[in-house]
Amino acid sequence: MIILFNAMRPEDVLALTPAGLCCKRGSFHIDPTRAVGRALITHAHSDHARPGHGAVLATQETLDLMRLRYGDDFAGTAQAIRYGENVRLDGAMVSFHPAGHILGSAQIAVEVDGLRVVASGDYKNIPDPTCTPFERIRCDVFITEATFALPVFRHGDPSGEIARLLRSVALFPERAHLVGAYSLGKAQRLIALLRGAGYDRPIYLHGAIESITRYYESRGIALGELRLVRGADKAALAGTITICPPSTLNDLWARRFPDPVNAFASGWMRVRARARQQGVVLPLVISDHADWDGLTATIAATGAGEVWVTHGQEDALVHWCRTRGLKARPLDIVGYGDEDEQGEQSIREAEE
Amino acid sequence: MNRFAALLNSLAYEPARNAKLRLIREYFRSTADPERGWALAALTGALSFPHAKPGLIRRLIGERTDPVLFALSYDYVGDLSETVALMWPAQQSPLPSGERPASRCGSEPGEGEQTSSRSPSPDLADARSTSPHRGEVKELTLTSVVETLATLGKAQLPQQLARWLDLLDENGRWALIKLVTGGLRVGVSARLAKTAVADIGSREVQEIELIWPALAPPYVELFAWLEARAEKPVSGPAPFRPPMLAHALDEPDLATLDPGDFLAEWKWDGIRVQAVAAAPLPPAPHLGERRVGIARLYSRTGEDISKAFPDLIDALHLPGAVDGELLIRRDGVVQSFNVLQQRLNRKTVTPKLLTQFPAHLRAYDLLADGDEDLRGLPFAERRTRLEDFVVRLNDDRIDLSPLVDFAGWEELGAARKNPEAAGAGRDAAAIEGVMLKRRTAPYLPGRPKGPWWKWKREPFIVDAVLMYAQRGHGKRSSYYSDYTFGLWTRGNGGDELVPVGKAYFGFTDEELLQIDRFVRRNTIERFGPVREVVHEPDQGLVMEVAFEGLQRSTRHKSGLAMRFPRINRLRWDKPPGEADRLERLESMIARAEHGAVS
Repeated sequence: MIILFNAMRPEDVLALTPAGLCCKRGSFHIDPTRAVGRALITHAHSDHARPGHGAVLATQETLDLMRLRYGDDFAGTAQAIRYGENVRLDGAMVSFHPAGHILGSAQIAVEVDGLRVVASGDYKNIPDPTCTPFERIRCDVFITEATFALPVFRHGDPSGEIARLLRSVALFPERAHLVGAYSLGKAQRLIALLRGAGYDRPIYLHGAIESITRYYESRGIALGELRLVRGADKAALAGTITICPPSTLNDLWARRFPDPVNAFASGWMRVRARARQQGVVLPLVISDHADWDGLTATIAATGAGEVWVTHGQEDALVHWCRTRGLKARPLDIVGYGDEDEQGEQSIREAEE
Repeated sequence: MNRFAALLNSLAYEPARNAKLRLIREYFRSTADPERGWALAALTGALSFPHAKPGLIRRLIGERTDPVLFALSYDYVGDLSETVALMWPAQQSPLPSGERPASRCGSEPGEGEQTSSRSPSPDLADARSTSPHRGEVKELTLTSVVETLATLGKAQLPQQLARWLDLLDENGRWALIKLVTGGLRVGVSARLAKTAVADIGSREVQEIELIWPALAPPYVELFAWLEARAEKPVSGPAPFRPPMLAHALDEPDLATLDPGDFLAEWKWDGIRVQAVAAAPLPPAPHLGERRVGIARLYSRTGEDISKAFPDLIDALHLPGAVDGELLIRRDGVVQSFNVLQQRLNRKTVTPKLLTQFPAHLRAYDLLADGDEDLRGLPFAERRTRLEDFVVRLNDDRIDLSPLVDFAGWEELGAARKNPEAAGAGRDAAAIEGVMLKRRTAPYLPGRPKGPWWKWKREPFIVDAVLMYAQRGHGKRSSYYSDYTFGLWTRGNGGDELVPVGKAYFGFTDEELLQIDRFVRRNTIERFGPVREVVHEPDQGLVMEVAFEGLQRSTRHKSGLAMRFPRINRLRWDKPPGEADRLERLESMIARAEHGAVS
């Protein structure tokens, strides 16, 4: 069989359209930012998974989480795909592979005439007890996120951060610890990390985090005893840990806690000003995105000769790729990277 | 170095004063000499390393990282020390086992830029180091850094700094760069650091202030005294003495006070200072009385501000300690605070500044005459001694704050309302009320209730409109408690509100809840933590704002800045359209600048 590599350009496999990345040969979009006929969804964060598409192909967990957030009519039809399974969509072959970002998250490999492009969505290449580990996929073109694509971002070992949280809880038994964490993924990972560190007391949850956390448990992820803050006695919250959406840390809701210590689990916490702006006293560098070393190592490992860089610090990563002799360009997709800014805002208003 | 770095890191994140105090105290208690003494020196600004400039740090990082990546990172982080600390390439060396996640899921660490484990330490309990150079880092103490830098030539500095940055973890690097380039900026004043030191020996901070000028880093004798292992260090020449402060007078208080028990003075609108001169050591009687060993000028908090006022220091040629007001006096007339402002906060004192803004000390108390401590004497006696002292001093730059004659409170009240007519004459522009001092009272440090009262002139009042609100800090952290308010002025499209100031106190807890509710229900726009609140002629909240004075300011759109603005009253009854206009403030400041107040 003769394959004409030269005839096929990466743009013929995946191209940027107003609705997001589009595969014409396969008649589908990946993580489209507006409603389309057929969408392949990498993961359930709201900036990637939007409601209203005609047909959706995603992992079972992603579909379940979309249903949980948007209701049963989140799409016309929904089809589940397993990691590693190959599915032909018109002229393209697609497969989903673990991205290690959150439960059900996937990188999507699209192959047309022997040219393989991997859209990785959001990913991290370190272990996470709440999701399948990241898998390295060889490809010709790698599409990468760039949330933490500056050499100042090095997340380190999350167990050290959990240890600091537990030390602070021991140091201030009369105070409540509020840990801001994004509702989908980070919150559950934090709980699992706490359990892994041997913390077996009840962990309290903000109401906005409950249903997703219960779903994680239903998928066999053990999270120990969880309680809702709602209705809890103020004095009883002394010495406890509560996981809540970041935006609630400084809000009316936080007044029910005794002298709370504000913590925030995020890769942004590496930068002091970011932590201080948000009134965070105990910053925890725990991220569900790859750090600078993770991004650069992953790019190198894919063997891709060309890299497309989406949302975040594109400039730095494109620059790095070029210094390594790789073809690279930024991909301006409007609307990625704000799940939590927007998502949490509406939660806060609802609470008020 | 790591423990000191952990302290700085915790302080940088902690907004609350008491919690900061606790952190510093814990550090002093758990750290040995001389390490903690150098830390105290760093916190009080007593260390400086003239050769370590930010440019040097830039050069070092420039030699080690891609300039484009550094520029992008610096732009993002916004702080040189932090950017360099985070980006500094860690040295290749095997990590202790268990420090790194077992696998990185099918990938190798990035080429060139090796991962280093992060060791931030927001709580002091966290003394661990996950740096690959654990052993060596433990040896690098703050003491060794300070001692090495003290003897190091300029040429060896870059190499030495680089070696240390290689040894330290990120947090340590951040602290080292902050330390050597000066300016820790962790929200700790010298006064706060001294308060923490005083706490470990259950002493008052005033006691520390008194002996502070005689102490030098690393303050071993100070810690020894506080831990009851040694005698109290003897105060050096010209020490600062903790000042006596007055309570504000509520007019109903007057009924309980007998006018015959009190002397009255003008309350000057300047800077409270203490001017101290010591006899030379050893004494040199053949040179006569005018020969003085050392003279110092202190602010109210004990900060040595001598360098900023060389003209006054020259005038302090009699041993003693004078409590008084620092003012600007031109052609025999004391100038308003607005004029004094122009002499303050200058980095260098130029001859031009000295001529245009001649400093003057208006004396109102004498704490020491030569070696004699007068603080135990009744005020009336100290006053007589002061009058004699000022005559002996015989210098134009130092004069006596006159007593205000009065027979009863009514007469004093009239003088307070119109100082110009009550003997102050053209100096009235610098008067902000009257002081009552009990004739029999000794000089007591702190703010004892009863002996001294300040009876300030009525504050200025305007009705302003709430425009923006921001959440407060600490225990108010979830409440909108910082308010920006504006006044009406003529704009391009008719009348518009221009912000004139910001206030975050003056209201009751109950009023705070009401305003908080109003802000949340009437937000029209959000800018991060700030909410813009509705402010139309017929919709919005009018706040009666009280303030002590006005200054010109280029920082505010209105061109004016208020002194001590606070919310006096909420005017729920008043439509915003009827609030005051900017022109009213402008005419106030014009009058102040021409010397006629109120």
